[in-house]
Amino acid sequence: MHITDFLRGSPDGIDVKGPGVLCSFDIAGVTINLTETVVISWGIILAVTLLLAWLTHDLKTKDISKRQVVAEWIVTTVYGLVEDSMGKRWRWFAPYIGALFTFSITGSLVSMIGLRSVTADFNAPLAWALVTFVFIHGTNIKTHGLGGYLKGYIDPVPVMLPINVLSEVSTPVSMSLRHFGNVVSGMVITSLLYFALSVVTKSIGVAFLTIGVPAVLSLYFDLFSGFMQAFVFIMLTMAYISNADGRQEA
Amino acid sequence: MENNEIARAIVLGASALGAGTAMIAGIGPGIGEGFAVGKACESIGRQPESSGAVTRTMFIGCAVAESTGIYGLLVALLLMFANPFIGKL
Repeated sequence: MHITDFLRGSPDGIDVKGPGVLCSFDIAGVTINLTETVVISWGIILAVTLLLAWLTHDLKTKDISKRQVVAEWIVTTVYGLVEDSMGKRWRWFAPYIGALFTFSITGSLVSMIGLRSVTADFNAPLAWALVTFVFIHGTNIKTHGLGGYLKGYIDPVPVMLPINVLSEVSTPVSMSLRHFGNVVSGMVITSLLYFALSVVTKSIGVAFLTIGVPAVLSLYFDLFSGFMQAFVFIMLTMAYISNADGRQEA
Repeated sequence: MENNEIARAIVLGASALGAGTAMIAGIGPGIGEGFAVGKACESIGRQPESSGAVTRTMFIGCAVAESTGIYGLLVALLLMFANPFIGKL
């Protein structure tokens, strides 16, 4: 192996790739790639939909089943969280938050069954952050009116316009980059660790390190990090949107 | 040919140094988050009944404070695994 091959960053084993492209279509001159992320996302949507359909079929008011208790617990928790953070007026907002949280956490946790994390593709968190971005600005316009909304950009002095625009644009960018960066860093560190463990195993010949160590690290990088980032994402979404609303909660 | 090889080695070496240097960004969030967690522990010690809200707020704050570190990390990863400068040789 030539020295520059080694420096290229992929000595056998350590190689971090983007999501694979399964097939691509040409629609009106625009190439649309069907990536792993898209396929896995649809798989998640289907699985979650089926799970929820199973949880919520045949609901009763008396003699409720364990299944219904779980379903009610999920709904009450999400509604409670939204009411705590945004106030009672924003109750209607809970389904979006619940969907975002579910998608984010399942998207991160699919790596536990050997698939590529949906959130390890920048497109996925960016899409969610853009939806939130639209919500923030829609709420702002709804509360302050179009004039008041535009006036917010030249507040307190017109010279601040570029800075205000920049800070608005940086909101979705930082939200999505945070989520993406956390998941990808976990992925990279885990693959570096696997590489190191395989080198150690090769040199001593006994595979004792590969038994417990990856499990512990996966617990942190997949479970904890995935849950934390999903939670942070929805908390920030709620904070930004209720902030854009501006009215003080009674 | 030989020149190209040398240029490549220089770019790769500089990229590796750049990746390492970018991770200096990890110092800031480290100090900041440590400080935030310390304060959260203090306030839980003072008011144990509010530990839920304090912990939640602390995690959100930590995650926000972490974003500069994450940006540094992304730059480092970019330089290591998707080097944009090699293609310009």
